[in-house]
Amino acid sequence: MTPLERIQEHFSTQIIEVHAFRGDETAVIRPSSLRPMAKFLKETPELDFNFLMDLTAVDHLFYAGGRVQKEFRFEVVYHFFSLKFNHRIRLKVLVDEKSPEVDTLVDFWPAANWYEREVWDMFGIRFKGHPNLKRMLMYEEFKGHALRKDYPFNKRQPLIGPKDV
Amino acid sequence: MLLNVGPSHPAMHGVIRLIMELDGEKIKGVDVEIGYLHRAFEKMCETVMYAQCFPYTDRLNYVSPLINNVGFALTVEKLLGIDIPDRAKYIRVIMSEISRVTDHLTCVGASAMEMGAMSAFLYMIKAREFLYELVEEITGARLTISYVRIGGVKADLTEGFVDKAFKKIADVRKVLIETDELLTRNRIFFDRMKDTGKISAQDAIAYGITGPFLRSTGVSYDVRRAQPYLIYDRLDFEVPVGSKGDNLDRYFVRMAEMEQSLRIIEQCLAQIPDGQVSADLTGCVIAANQMVDSAKMGRTEELIEDEVTLDPTLQGSTRKYYEGINANKKDVVLPAKEDTYGNIEGLMNHFKLVMYGHGIRPPMGEVYFPVEGANGELGFYIVSDGRDLPWRVRVHPPCFAIMAALPKCLIGGMMADLIPTFGSVNMIAGELDR
Repeated sequence: MTPLERIQEHFSTQIIEVHAFRGDETAVIRPSSLRPMAKFLKETPELDFNFLMDLTAVDHLFYAGGRVQKEFRFEVVYHFFSLKFNHRIRLKVLVDEKSPEVDTLVDFWPAANWYEREVWDMFGIRFKGHPNLKRMLMYEEFKGHALRKDYPFNKRQPLIGPKDV
Repeated sequence: MLLNVGPSHPAMHGVIRLIMELDGEKIKGVDVEIGYLHRAFEKMCETVMYAQCFPYTDRLNYVSPLINNVGFALTVEKLLGIDIPDRAKYIRVIMSEISRVTDHLTCVGASAMEMGAMSAFLYMIKAREFLYELVEEITGARLTISYVRIGGVKADLTEGFVDKAFKKIADVRKVLIETDELLTRNRIFFDRMKDTGKISAQDAIAYGITGPFLRSTGVSYDVRRAQPYLIYDRLDFEVPVGSKGDNLDRYFVRMAEMEQSLRIIEQCLAQIPDGQVSADLTGCVIAANQMVDSAKMGRTEELIEDEVTLDPTLQGSTRKYYEGINANKKDVVLPAKEDTYGNIEGLMNHFKLVMYGHGIRPPMGEVYFPVEGANGELGFYIVSDGRDLPWRVRVHPPCFAIMAALPKCLIGGMMADLIPTFGSVNMIAGELDR
């Protein structure tokens, strides 16, 4: 039984879509089912996803390809990995434009701390319950969120002076 | 007391700012601030075609750029669903392992230098130079290489490369033994590395740390072994692990890994399918500019009929070599230069791949592909909407996770331990900030 089949069995009603394009098992879910599912992935002995390998987001504004859920602008993408079973899974959480917010996973995987800060910095998606949601790569005075598709890649912003500690 | 270290500090390679809370010499708290070398890698990749992303990937981990190239190429190939010839796979593995050794040499050498062992640093940079000479011979560049192509590699190995490589590997081994003698039983080095910057295996896993840093805590996870890509499953190598997760273990793991990488290179050189590289070519060398000139004047007969040897500066090898190192896919791989300059089909094929609005068009979908970078798992996540520009390129940089866990290693230690710990983390700002 693959990890995807296992979570499909357990969360059959909450999964919107699944696919395994090129062998990457993926489940698309809503923000409300993220935390229960993350808990399930981490604590089920047969899954044992002890690594949060990567966390990022995708902005689908102006996206030309077909998608099932067009009303959701963002996807927060989680890549989990299990050291024991050597398997991976990808979770995609659909987030709408009006209130881009997802629950934090810092208490399950401390690795989520910086990744979530980076997603907030680059996409403006908030993480509810995050202990320290500051910008990661850009400075606090930076306006906008650079990896959103409506942020022009050649836009310039004024430099700021040195800061006090 | 609050102490600010960085963003530009003589004892730190790379721009990063640490704000430390000190009690006497003890570290009570650390705030890590990154982003000083942010160059919008992910945003820029969305604005160019797939093949044009390679120069950007060079600048991620600039100490081992070839591994980044290989990782990106493998991800796009997974997205396209194509396979590449065996010879190209061997070449990619050889180049990746050379890069891994140069990366570890730089890391160990630089951290030794920061603790005052200047000569060890110079020896290691000397060894790195031997390897850079090999890289230079194949790729024509030393730092920003852009050697790997989607569907293959830019050029084949040069004649006599195998012998030269064996010689250089022997030289590097000598240096490794020398520096091992200089450092491992050096009282100052040993005492400063031992039991400093410790992290437990549980913490390392929770923070998502991979690579030598994770292996030093005793967890044997290596992408090359766990999810073999290219031809790593045909090679015989060990995954060295430590036990305590301190700076000394990380040093030992890196030293042992360099030896394993050299073994891998030797096996690859022995196993590499005997392509046409050693074949004797009859034919004159035509320089790039001459070839273009004669094609412009319509003198293309000799290019089609005769076997010509190309100037090595021209991208792509002679047609005969070219097929051995590139996938036979016209919609992905550029044609050999004789075809581009010599016949209309080749020329059209070339322009269909390089013009804006044409280019490589992977199917709609998303893939993640991990490779073992010098610092840990280097993963690319690419989303394609079926057009020639990637919709989203995400790189999972291995030292990002390590830097997030840096306060764990430092808090409770002495201020002076910052230097060996930071050295053994091997932070590469280019990959951390992207």
